[in-house]
Amino acid sequence: MRAVVTVVGKDTVGILANVSTACAEMNVSVDEVTQSILNEYFCLIMLVSSDADDFAIEDLKNHISGKVPEMQVHVMHEDIFNSMHRI
Amino acid sequence: MINMRDIMETITMIQDEHLDIRTITMGISLLDCADSDIDKSCEKVYNKIYSHAKNLVATGEEIEKKYGIPIVNKRVSVTPISMLVAVSGGDPVKYAKTLDRVAKDIGVNFIGGFSALVQKGFSAGDRELIDAIPRALAETDLVCSSVNVGSTKAGINMDAVKLMGEKVKEAAELTKDNQCMGPAKLVVFCNAPEDNPFMAGAFHGVGEPDCVLNVGVSGPGVVRAALAKLPKDAPLNEVADLIKKTAFKITRMGQLVGAEASAKLGVPFGIIDLSLAPTPAVGDSVAYILEEIGLEQCGTHGTTAALAMLNDAVKKGGVMASSTVGGLSGAFIPVSEDAGMINAAVDGTLTLEKLEAMTAVCSVGLDMIVLPGDTPATTISAIIADEAAIGMVNSKTTAVRVIPAIGYEEGEMLDFGGLLGQGPIMKVNEKSSDVIINRGGRIPAPMQSLKN
Repeated sequence: MRAVVTVVGKDTVGILANVSTACAEMNVSVDEVTQSILNEYFCLIMLVSSDADDFAIEDLKNHISGKVPEMQVHVMHEDIFNSMHRI
Repeated sequence: MINMRDIMETITMIQDEHLDIRTITMGISLLDCADSDIDKSCEKVYNKIYSHAKNLVATGEEIEKKYGIPIVNKRVSVTPISMLVAVSGGDPVKYAKTLDRVAKDIGVNFIGGFSALVQKGFSAGDRELIDAIPRALAETDLVCSSVNVGSTKAGINMDAVKLMGEKVKEAAELTKDNQCMGPAKLVVFCNAPEDNPFMAGAFHGVGEPDCVLNVGVSGPGVVRAALAKLPKDAPLNEVADLIKKTAFKITRMGQLVGAEASAKLGVPFGIIDLSLAPTPAVGDSVAYILEEIGLEQCGTHGTTAALAMLNDAVKKGGVMASSTVGGLSGAFIPVSEDAGMINAAVDGTLTLEKLEAMTAVCSVGLDMIVLPGDTPATTISAIIADEAAIGMVNSKTTAVRVIPAIGYEEGEMLDFGGLLGQGPIMKVNEKSSDVIINRGGRIPAPMQSLKN
């Protein structure tokens, strides 16, 4: 199963490191990363995947949020973006 | 990888613009539950609904977690109960109480189908059921009722129209200590769709499969936000195009969730009803979309044109996104459930007459409109007749859900709480319609019915 992680907020040192660590701790592999800084806002989008069938998106989100508490974190199933933006 | 802008757009839609799956509604046929003994019949009804829908709420919540999309309501619709009453006889309220009990036990928030279809006349069970509607609504919490009084093919059953005006009034009187909640759960239809997942008008038509899952998607906030980004001098064809594209995206999400839910529950997927259904939440309003298109306030001149375009564009976007669009699909205009409509009605910009004109081009009809408590039953019947005539002639679904606010006067507010919102008591024409309503009989089907 693949999911899209987005992290948005004020830029500080170590966001990517913290988010990747959180993914590793949840046994989730990071497939792709893009990030940019608009004004002083940091925006990270990550495509992650997991082999586990019962993988809980909610748990991953909470775990990442715990590592970067001051950032807005969203984790959503990849299918949503595929169905909405591809015909 | 998916485009970064697309990803942020989807997240904003769900997070800030109230995009949600409004309802997953399981339609269950009760035809095989009919028994000549009403108690046995009720028991079969309970068992069939319970066995089919016991996992509905849990499955809905599982999908919410998996995709991170809120599924606001989980509901059940059933075969019109008048058909069971025809076989069993007895007090139809027993069925209502059974439905209420099973709805509470499986955890759904509404169950629809305490209904009768009488567009051409009454058959066994129909009158008994209609007579029992006010009590059924007063003595249950989750049961919704609907009656189809007309269709393009059959014309309008004016005896039923007269009866329904009285029943709406009675339902309000029996629930006057509870914000007149009774009639808020009662819809009078013309051309009622058999696969509508939205309450209070949902029932499971006789032409439907034994069990089916219908999905209602919504997202007025998303459409409004998309329009807000368009320059104010953009021509209306561009506005329509943008609405269409947005509706497409919303429906695709409904399709994803519907397919997933039906696979998990092992129930065939019925239709997607793509309706812009407002809620009282700030920003989740159809009136604000109309204002975004270019009206100072909803209800002013130009409202009907804007709504016609909106309704059509929503359908066009939805049809492309799902192979099985059905139900009501379009824009709802319930007054009490829409912050912008409430404001416009309080200011006097939105009147009952304007709302009636709007129903000729919206997806349903006069919805959640609060009337003065002393409105005569014949006037309510006449409102129903007008609305049914619009539906009959235009081959579209129309409906009336009005609430006579017993003990309230014009200008006051009636607050239902929750998704039903609050509505100002609206001005009703005080001249009498007694004679036309008391004539009864039938309005014959129009020329439009002779298509064969």
